[in-house]
This record gives sequence, C-alpha cells and structure tokens, in this order.
Amino acid sequence: MSRRSPTGVVRVSRPLFEVIAPGLLTTVQDAGRKGFQKFGVSPNGALDMYSYRMANFLVGNRDEAALELTLVGPTLKVLASATVAVCGGDLSPSLNGSPAPRWESFVVREGDVLSFGKCRGGSRAYLAVSGGLDVKPVMGSRSTDLLARLGGLGGRPLKRGDVLYCREAEPAPPGRCVPPEYIPEFPSEVVLRVVPGPQDDHFSPKGLETFFSSTYEVTSDSDRMGCRLEGPAIEHLGGADIISDGVPLGAVQVPKHGRPIILLAGRQTVGGYAKIAVVITPDVDRVAQLKPGDRVRFQRVSLEKAQRELGKYLGKMDPGIIRQRSEKVSRYIIKINGRRFETVVEELS
Amino acid sequence: MKLRFLTAGDRGLMVELGDEVDLAINRRVHALARLIQAEDIAGVEELIPTYRSILVIYDPLILPYDELVERIRGLATEEASSAQVRTVTLPTCYGGEFGPDLEDVARHNGLTTQEVIDIHTSRGYPVFCLGFSPGFPYLGGMSERIAMPRLENPRTKVPAGSVGIAGTQTGVYPSETPGGWRIIGRTPVRLYLPERDPPVLLRPGDVVRFRAIDEEEYREIARLERDGRYEPEIAYGGGEGE
Repeated sequence: MSRRSPTGVVRVSRPLFEVIAPGLLTTVQDAGRKGFQKFGVSPNGALDMYSYRMANFLVGNRDEAALELTLVGPTLKVLASATVAVCGGDLSPSLNGSPAPRWESFVVREGDVLSFGKCRGGSRAYLAVSGGLDVKPVMGSRSTDLLARLGGLGGRPLKRGDVLYCREAEPAPPGRCVPPEYIPEFPSEVVLRVVPGPQDDHFSPKGLETFFSSTYEVTSDSDRMGCRLEGPAIEHLGGADIISDGVPLGAVQVPKHGRPIILLAGRQTVGGYAKIAVVITPDVDRVAQLKPGDRVRFQRVSLEKAQRELGKYLGKMDPGIIRQRSEKVSRYIIKINGRRFETVVEELS
Repeated sequence: MKLRFLTAGDRGLMVELGDEVDLAINRRVHALARLIQAEDIAGVEELIPTYRSILVIYDPLILPYDELVERIRGLATEEASSAQVRTVTLPTCYGGEFGPDLEDVARHNGLTTQEVIDIHTSRGYPVFCLGFSPGFPYLGGMSERIAMPRLENPRTKVPAGSVGIAGTQTGVYPSETPGGWRIIGRTPVRLYLPERDPPVLLRPGDVVRFRAIDEEEYREIARLERDGRYEPEIAYGGGEGE
C-alpha cells in the first residue's frame, strides 16, 4: 500500500499489528475532523487530547493517527519493527508478558506481542506508533466516528483479525520520555472547572445551587459522545428544551430528568437541551479519563481565568518538553511482602 | 438587528439573533454566518449556524472574546441579501417500496396518496440547519394537512435518500440509519458522500423542493449518481419557497 502525499513524495505503508483480541473499545483517532460541524459532521478525535499528543510526540509524530484504548486494551501481534509509546490511563501495558513503560517510547519487533492488563488508573490510553497509523483520511481526518460510521477502520472499533498499517517514517529513538511533572494523575474523584452558560438562565437559582454544590457519579452508559452523570436533579426554569443550537466541546447539557451529561469529542453537533455550563478545555481531558463509579464536582470559573488556563494547557503541549532518558538506566521489578514494585535506577553524571 | 452574545466555554461564543423558529430570523442567521465566513477572521475556527443562533468556535489566544464580539457586531449591521439563497430540487419517487408509509399518512389525514404528494411537492422548505447525522437537513414549513406522529417502533434501517414526515416536520435521511419517521418516498440524489468535496449537498440556508418522479426516472438518476455524472437541480436567488 502506498499513497502520494501532497508534496509528491510517495509514503509507503507497511503492516504493523495483527489484532489478536480487540479489547473493549479500541478505535483509530487523531486530532479530529475540523471544519465540517456546520454540515452535521461530528469532530471526534482523541477524547484525552493531552495524552494523545504526548504519545505522538514520544514517537516523533505530530497529530498522526493512534489507537484509543478503553478500560480493557487489545492484544496485538507485532508484524514489523517500530517505535511505539503508550500514554494516558494506566491499562497495564506489557510486551511479551513483561511490563512495558508508559509515557516513554520503546521498540517493538516482529513476533512480539503487545498486550494490556488491569486498568489501574484513568480509563483511556493512547498507543502511538512512529509514522502514525495508516487508514484512509475522510474529510481530512483518520478519526473513527462510531455514530456516522466513518473514518478509521470503516467507522468501527478494532476487531479480531484486523491488520493495522503504519506509515513509513524515520524510526524514533526509544527511551524518549515525558518528564514526571508533565504526567497527569488520574484520580477517581475530580473537580471540573466550568464557565457558566450559554443557557444558565434556563435554570432556577435552586437548580444552579444544586449543580455547583453536588457530587455526581459517572454512569456505565457513558461513551465517546458524552459522560453521563447520576446525582441530585438540577431544576430548570420552565422546560429543559431549547431551540436546537450548536454544542461546544465540554458542554454540560441537562435533559428533563435533571442529570447532567458532559459532551465529548464524539458528540452530535447540534442539541436541543439547555446547556448550564461548559467544562474548560484542559479539564475535558480529565472527563475522558473517568470511569463508571468515579465522582465529579463542578466549580465555577470566570471566562478570563478559563482562557488563561487554556493558554497554559496549550503551552504544555510542546514536543520540546520530551527528554531522552540516559542510557545508563536499569529497571528492576522487586517484590516486598508480596507487593510488586517497578523500579528504575538511572545513573546520573 | 438585535444580537445576544453568550459565552459557550473557553473557545465558544454563541451569537443569538432571536428566540423562535422563524424563517426571517433563520435567513439572518445564515446571512451573518456567510459574512463572518467571507471575512476570514484570524482566530475564528468553525461556525455552526442553527435555527436562531451561530456557535462560533475561536482561539482566544489569537482573537480575544471582546474583539470577536465587536467584529461580529460590525458585520451584523450589513443588509442581509437573499440573492445567494439556493433552491435545491430533490426528485422523489413517492409510495410503493420507496415510501412504505405514504398510504398511512394519507389515511391518517383523510386524503388520497396523490393529494399527499401534491401538498408535499407544492412548496419549498427552508434548511434551518444541518445536524443529527452528517448532512441531515432540519427542514421547516411543512403543511399541517399531511402531519403525522413518528412510528411507535422505529425501523432499525431506513435507506439513504428516504423522505419522511415526523409530526409537522419533513426531512430526508442522508445515510442509512435507524429511524422513526413516516417514510413517504425516496430520492436517488445523494445528500451525503464522505469522499465528495463538500461532502454534503445541502447547506444551511438553502431551500429544498421535492419533485415527484416515477420509478424509471428514479433508476436513471440513481445510475447517473453512481457514475458521478448527476448534476443537482439548483436555482439561485429569491428563495421565497412558497
């Protein structure tokens, strides 16, 4: 398979993974489909943009297509050598049965098996490969749109027997890592910062008070469209319905039943429920890492504060932060009183 | 023109031009959206025009909120012209296997099937916005004389091109999806093809008209569409619809 890039250079692609087990919901995603929302085309793309971008930076990519893993990762047989990286939630990656690093690039070779185990934190991980996964772009993006069934692998999640291709690239070195201060934590209880509006005036003072003071729990019917929450009902003024309008990323819509839904990258572009507030962009990534049973509270911030936080967040997403680990590194797995610890000893000069 | 500016998160601005489903308001929405688009303002990333508002997605690091509001306020004073309104005619084969619910809609309203077709083809329907699925047009202005509630049990598969009625709304399914609308006919014209540029035929602000065709013409147009040789029936200007 080869494809001519806009510059006229032929980029060859090669088979990289054979899917032995697809995992719970594994999809091809990139930075999303831009500019088609006015036609009703959902943006999609990685739900946790930060972790997705970091995984790509580690293997020398910009916004190339990667795999988004959900709670239970896939088992992949490696068909060719490549540099890969796994960022985001801790889905216990392993290479040939031994723990594989997270937030650090490593090499896989033909015959290796890359698999995932228990979810120990967060809910979604990103597996990036040097050169990026090669699927046909649709409307400028390789992202899978599960609702409209387009992009990625025919608009569907991975299934057993699929072969994933990657685009030929300069092999990125292994041992490139995200410095610890840039690795987010994935707690099971989060405070999400929101900017009120656009329809906060559709709620009673009591409803707003409920929204800002209650703790909500993530339900199991959450998906790539939205994170659904259970908890005290938020009271509307009049009705929950509005004349349908555009839905921004992170919008918190409250249908008639009063329980909020936070809309994510796989959302529909137009919606008819009042939106009480919008989660600030950096915190949308945290929503993407929640799993059923996790708890959420909402905190009001001003637009000025939200946009300062956005600036800081975008500033952090810079390939310049990636470090090369020193070669004098040893990894040990030690067991103390039956508990397993992964240790890294790095020789400092 | 009275405008309301509402914050929609750290990257969104909701511009409201009214608070009802109204053709005149919707015309102004799409005229303003076209003006903003034509202005090519640095920092404006995406527009989602709907019934009575426009969601503007912008980058506040390039374009501060207050500046964006001022730019849009300046554009909104310009006169909205209807010269650019497109009328797209969709040839549609009514009844039979293409419109399994046509007889139910006729019976429900005490009409003959021919009367339903005549009423449905007698006027233009403004595309208030696109959404729900790629290229799905929210059309306004259907006659209440052919209204009928949705099916109680939605079909698991409605073929692309199906023309339906739900309450007092009419619409066309751009792709095969599950759906509960009463299907009265089908158009061979493809409203949505992901590989086409642009991927959708209808644009918000267009007017849609239906023209009754027989099965023979349906198959002929379907063949042209398959070969990529079909020229859509598009007229410009006026757009009064009625």
